[in-house]
Amino acid sequence: MNRLSTPAKIYVAVVFIILYAPIFYLIFYSFNSGGSMHNFESFTLEHYQAVFEDSRLLVILINTIIIALLSSLISTILGTLGAIGIVSIKNRKMRNTLLSLNNIMIVSPDVVIGASFLILFTMIGVKLGFTSVLISHIAFSIPIVVLMVLPKLLEMNPNLIDAAQDLGATKRDVLYRVIVPYIKPGIFAGFFMALTYSLDDFAVTFFVTGNGFSTLSVEIYSIARVGISLTINALSGIIFVVTVLIVIGYYFVTRRTKLANGGLGRL
Amino acid sequence: MRDRVAKGPLIPYLLWIAFFVIAPIALIVYYSMLDLNGNFTLENYKRFFSPVYIQMTLTSFFYAVIITFFTLLISYPMAFILTKTKHKYLWLMFIIIPSWINLLLKTYAFIGIFGLYGPINAVVSVFGIESQQILFTDFSFIFVSVYIFIPFMIIPIFNSLDKLNPTLVDAARDLGASPFTTFRRVIWPLTIEGVKSGIQVTFIPALSLFMITRLIAGNQVITLGTAIEQQFLVAQNWGMGSTIAVFLVLIMLVSMLFTGRKAKGGRV
Repeated sequence: MNRLSTPAKIYVAVVFIILYAPIFYLIFYSFNSGGSMHNFESFTLEHYQAVFEDSRLLVILINTIIIALLSSLISTILGTLGAIGIVSIKNRKMRNTLLSLNNIMIVSPDVVIGASFLILFTMIGVKLGFTSVLISHIAFSIPIVVLMVLPKLLEMNPNLIDAAQDLGATKRDVLYRVIVPYIKPGIFAGFFMALTYSLDDFAVTFFVTGNGFSTLSVEIYSIARVGISLTINALSGIIFVVTVLIVIGYYFVTRRTKLANGGLGRL
Repeated sequence: MRDRVAKGPLIPYLLWIAFFVIAPIALIVYYSMLDLNGNFTLENYKRFFSPVYIQMTLTSFFYAVIITFFTLLISYPMAFILTKTKHKYLWLMFIIIPSWINLLLKTYAFIGIFGLYGPINAVVSVFGIESQQILFTDFSFIFVSVYIFIPFMIIPIFNSLDKLNPTLVDAARDLGASPFTTFRRVIWPLTIEGVKSGIQVTFIPALSLFMITRLIAGNQVITLGTAIEQQFLVAQNWGMGSTIAVFLVLIMLVSMLFTGRKAKGGRV
């Protein structure tokens, strides 16, 4: 930081304070024995206890995690296959059309995706709940996986595949023993991104979730609409710690691969 | 060449495109031409061009422009300074962490912060100004939105600044360009792609996020997203909701043309 001027340092500090203040504010009041986000009375862990005693909240938490893991697993498989398929298309026009359709899904506003999926599910008769949420999460994660895997495939030397085939590998062998190992970092990045998209999603889930089923985002929304509940604060404390641990882990993993091949992971 | 890899992998992907990209868009267009009883009509479009909806669209657009502008204004210098730091990727990681905290939680935090008894009002009252409701105002809506989008704007700009060859800047300076000219003629044009991606991930969500308007702005601000949610889930008028969605998609396509970038590279 030595090269930076003082105003620059102050600027960075202010932005960081603004970025983190709301998060620490939430966590700070999660230890408040009073029931509100002002007037800190005394230190307590009762709100954390409440999180673990609230069976409804725990079920929602588990649902959220199951949806996230399942949807990112399935979308990673489909997305990776899709990316491999796209690369194998030699017709430029066809390839670009597919990529544009892929991109439409990524930039589409959540509300539009949610609303259109609601129409789709109602029309083909999928019951709103676990299934509809899972399918939606798979659907909006696939294009992200494709985008993460594609660069790896494009940088792959095609001679590797020729060599494998010359040496007698079947198409299956080429896929599982040449292509997949090579693009592994992209696949992991895709899986990871799909996971965060799923955990973070609110709008799409909100549209397709029906009555009986809820994920964390939807639950927080409905609680926040009514007012303040320090159980949510305690929950955000837990989520913050878990997130930081995951990010640090991810940082070191991608740093290692980055040193190896100059990629930038999620970024 | 063509048969190097089997076409098999493409089939599930094509099915996905057909069912979850093309079909939903087609359904939205189809529903936008239906009235409440399911009869074909262009009434929704007529209604959309009535003063009420036109004004709502313009207001929503205006808010999104303001939000994007302030987000860019704060993020560009931040990204620029961060690329100059010694442990730049570590600092970038600290930018990324808040972006991974659930959006709803961050928005929820502001309900407390901007509240009547929250810290902002506590600070203000030290100066003898009476506490007032900051929640449910235009200001709170814009502030929270900018807050949410800052990391998403910084990341692509950081990446493009990071790729910028520093010798180009040195060359410009050696050739006598002032810092401002260097920025305007060298740095900015070479990082415009990052700025464009940043705008893309800010502008469209700013038009369509409805939880911020609902939680922070009360019913003061109605964006296109809020209107769609309202029509679909409250009024149960899917036709009108779809019509607004059609226009949101059109705005999205136009803004994609302006911020057009190649089909590679992630969202962020």
